[in-house]
Amino acid sequence: MNEIEILTWLRGPGLQISVALFALGLIFRTVQNLTIGMSKNLAESKGSYMMPGMATIVRRSLFHPGTTHRGYFTMIAGYTFHIGLLVTLFFLEQHILLFKSILGFAWPSLPPAIINITALVAIAALIAVLLHRIMDPVVRKLTDYQDFLAWILTIAPLITGYLAMHPIATTYQTALILHIVSAEVLLIAIPFTKLSHMVSIFIARWYNGALAGYKGVKS
Amino acid sequence: MSKQDNLLEILQRQGVSRRGFLKFCSAMASLMAMPPGTAPAIAAALSKAKRPSVIWLSFQECTGCTESLTRSHNPTVESLILGAVSLDYHHTLQAASGTAAEEAREHAMKEFFGKYLLIVDGSIPLKDNGVYSTIAGMTNLQMLEEAAKGAAAIIAVGTCAAFGGLPHAKPNPTGAVSVSDIIKDKPIVNVSGCPPIPVVITGVLAHYLTWGTIPDLDKHKRPLSFFGDSIHDRCYRRPFYDQGKFAKTFDDEGARSGWCLYELGCKGPTTNNACATLKWNNGTSFPIQSGHPCLGCSEPDFWDGGSFYSPLPTPSADVSTVALGAAAAGVAAGVAFGLYDHQKRKKAKQQHEKITVKDLDE
Amino acid sequence: MSAPSSTAHRAIAALVEQIDAPTATFFTSCVHCGMCADACLFYTETQDPKYIPIYKLLPMRKVWQQEFTFWGRLMKAAGLAKPITHEELDEWEELVFDSCTLCGRCSLVCPMGNDITYMIRKFREGMTAAGHAPSDLKAAMKRAIELGSPMGVSLATLKAQIKHAEQELGYEVPIDKQGADYMMLLSSAEIAQFHEIIPAVSRIFKAAGVSWTLCSEAFEGTNTGIQIGASDLAAELVERIVAGAEKLKVKTVISPECGHAYMALRWEGPNLIGRPYPFKVVHILELLDDLRQQGKLKTKGKDATRMTYHDPCQIARRGGIVEQPRNLLNEVAQNFVDMEEHGEFNWCCGGGGGVSANERAMPRRLDVFSRKKKQLDDIKVDRIVTACSNCRNMLEEGLEHYRMDNIEVVGLTETIAQYLDESA
Repeated sequence: MNEIEILTWLRGPGLQISVALFALGLIFRTVQNLTIGMSKNLAESKGSYMMPGMATIVRRSLFHPGTTHRGYFTMIAGYTFHIGLLVTLFFLEQHILLFKSILGFAWPSLPPAIINITALVAIAALIAVLLHRIMDPVVRKLTDYQDFLAWILTIAPLITGYLAMHPIATTYQTALILHIVSAEVLLIAIPFTKLSHMVSIFIARWYNGALAGYKGVKS
Repeated sequence: MSKQDNLLEILQRQGVSRRGFLKFCSAMASLMAMPPGTAPAIAAALSKAKRPSVIWLSFQECTGCTESLTRSHNPTVESLILGAVSLDYHHTLQAASGTAAEEAREHAMKEFFGKYLLIVDGSIPLKDNGVYSTIAGMTNLQMLEEAAKGAAAIIAVGTCAAFGGLPHAKPNPTGAVSVSDIIKDKPIVNVSGCPPIPVVITGVLAHYLTWGTIPDLDKHKRPLSFFGDSIHDRCYRRPFYDQGKFAKTFDDEGARSGWCLYELGCKGPTTNNACATLKWNNGTSFPIQSGHPCLGCSEPDFWDGGSFYSPLPTPSADVSTVALGAAAAGVAAGVAFGLYDHQKRKKAKQQHEKITVKDLDE
Repeated sequence: MSAPSSTAHRAIAALVEQIDAPTATFFTSCVHCGMCADACLFYTETQDPKYIPIYKLLPMRKVWQQEFTFWGRLMKAAGLAKPITHEELDEWEELVFDSCTLCGRCSLVCPMGNDITYMIRKFREGMTAAGHAPSDLKAAMKRAIELGSPMGVSLATLKAQIKHAEQELGYEVPIDKQGADYMMLLSSAEIAQFHEIIPAVSRIFKAAGVSWTLCSEAFEGTNTGIQIGASDLAAELVERIVAGAEKLKVKTVISPECGHAYMALRWEGPNLIGRPYPFKVVHILELLDDLRQQGKLKTKGKDATRMTYHDPCQIARRGGIVEQPRNLLNEVAQNFVDMEEHGEFNWCCGGGGGVSANERAMPRRLDVFSRKKKQLDDIKVDRIVTACSNCRNMLEEGLEHYRMDNIEVVGLTETIAQYLDESA
């Protein structure tokens, strides 16, 4: 298969399969979890569910009293990575063109010079959290193979994407193929791994806030 | 011209000075990315060379490659080459026709067996026993196989001969294939492009005439000195790409400022050719310079690689509908499994073994 | 008794009942960040990673995966995933019961929003169903069911304390008064140790004109059932209170100065018994603050002692009562200072959730009291006020262990009663 054929397949059936599995998997997981249901609460509520749930979705993103060094590192490295990744993903013009074809609308882009920085910053943050995962006794205790797998799957599109913009020791075509493959593999893996937290985090936070909120507790 | 005359004599008779000839050889050397010292070697070789026989087979083609070759503002380059070879068979350029033309071909093949250069343009149709393109009752396939037997080397000129080209595009009704798909036992040079840049064709010929070998090739069998870089890497508009300055329509402010044509469908990043450096019409311009995105015409399957006017990231299939379908399936499956689990819990509750104080006894 | 393997089956069956939408969502969301560790005093004071809150749930996570997830079910069917074993549950007993007070701090800090405490409560149901609970806690549960009190405090003891109180007050303490507005519950520790609560509430309610009563058939507010994780037995204890309240036809039941009593009665109770109450439930602090707001609770004089308030976890963080104790204390305290992390973010005394009843857990519990010690060292107080008799005991024991017993520990209601203005 030549490179044009590979690229055409990746942008065709490859993209269809990966986006379909991504959508199907995430939605399946979310709906299934919600449908398992919850016993009705018969105790008289002091507060409410909806608004405290929403409030916790926001409040959990803030630093809490008594955050430790480990906590600061985790949150700051985490935010750096997430913001770097999201800006790189959503504000590079070449990506926006892809979203435009699928969603039907676009938005303004940021100059590639800035995206270069956000991509490198995200990569650096990922390396930092990996080192932390290996060295910190708390995180190490909780770590299993899935954490390493998720890490590799997440850093691969960032590295190959940077490579596609700056082909080092390779051609643009090869780097682009690797980039699209790694992105599609990541899409497929998301519903099956902890990366599905990208959706469930909102629901989990909401539940937390709601379960506390009806008792009148700010969580 | 007699085959016994050497090139230099022929040229001098045509009024080309030795100085002009040497200038040509230097130009060839630099085009072929050879060191300057090779110019005298080219000159020496060409001046003594006997004019080899060249058979040009035109199959399922549009004649654009020949047009490109002969559409020259500088007669010296192309006609020099045509003077350096004995073009014994060429549908468009030859004087003879009909059986006389075929006889000339067969005669050349026999006389120079093993030594003639075979040039092919156009794809070869295979479907239905190859009836879709025949010459003098012979299918292209038959003619190619026969001619290839005695060829020293084959030059597949144009994307059709190199990769199948336009006829090969979906749904490929004639079963068109490239020369490389059929001939496996001869050296092949693919000079792709739709059409190829004239001087690329002549450069390959010059190389062969000088050294009797084919130049270094890339993995698609294209000469590296012309196809080693992508349009993107040599494009004069590259700084705009790097800055994220894209023309969004053909006549917006960006287009008028000469910004990058990536969003208008330019395939420059995935296309290897010399257009950005050598340009066309003797270095006048090339599509991007004229404000039109590169089609990627020197790459295999460029016709099926997505619309010429859709940018590279555009999916080549319908993703939105598939995604919506998948989402719906996800909802359905999620509800199904969720309800099953809900029932599972309910059943467990119904079968609940009540804890009593007796269970606390150890 | 049943073979070891079948105990694991009982655990799995119980957990299948327990795993609901929030639980499934929480397990889906855990990204192994470890931030819950720094909220748990059992980890921070020992630095032993096995006390990481989410780690305490590992066997329950396996059950969720194998019973409720697509992949987990596939692996189980293919024989590639092993169900939890009796040995695992045995190993985890110490983590789930001895090293967790259900304090809820981990649920407050998880960036994903996982309510880990919610899940530990459910996990205990599975453990107990399979017989894996600390023997001391089982014994306390047995006593609560059979004797009416986890400490074995009887009606006779209560009646003796009532008589003692009446002598001090000079008037009757109401018991079994039909048609009273409020029915007061007590905790065994109050009846046995901190019985000054009885005259305290008597005086406050008399001054405020509150019609109230104790109930001889339902005086115990504590609920070991929700600590050990036996909802059936917890429900039985709640039913006694409901029966008593219905018999006396009271409008409201008062939950005493006890953390888990409030959680069990106010929030879990109706769900345990499967029906809403025909009465309201308030915590004593809520009632006192209401009375203060209505002007019915007046105090005079102020205490100059430098004091702080320890928030019982089940009342504040898990119960929703944070401002009321401070409102009340501000009426009588001149020199009140909050610990740096206070209110919802206060640290656990280390004794809740059944840990204090568990003799095996004592060394560790005293060890991790160093966290509360650090909080107190920072503010240098002479007195700690709290509103849970279990916390009171834990604070006293902990302070003694760290030779800080110059700090006195008192209850909030008795403090208010001390400064009560009965002249109105």
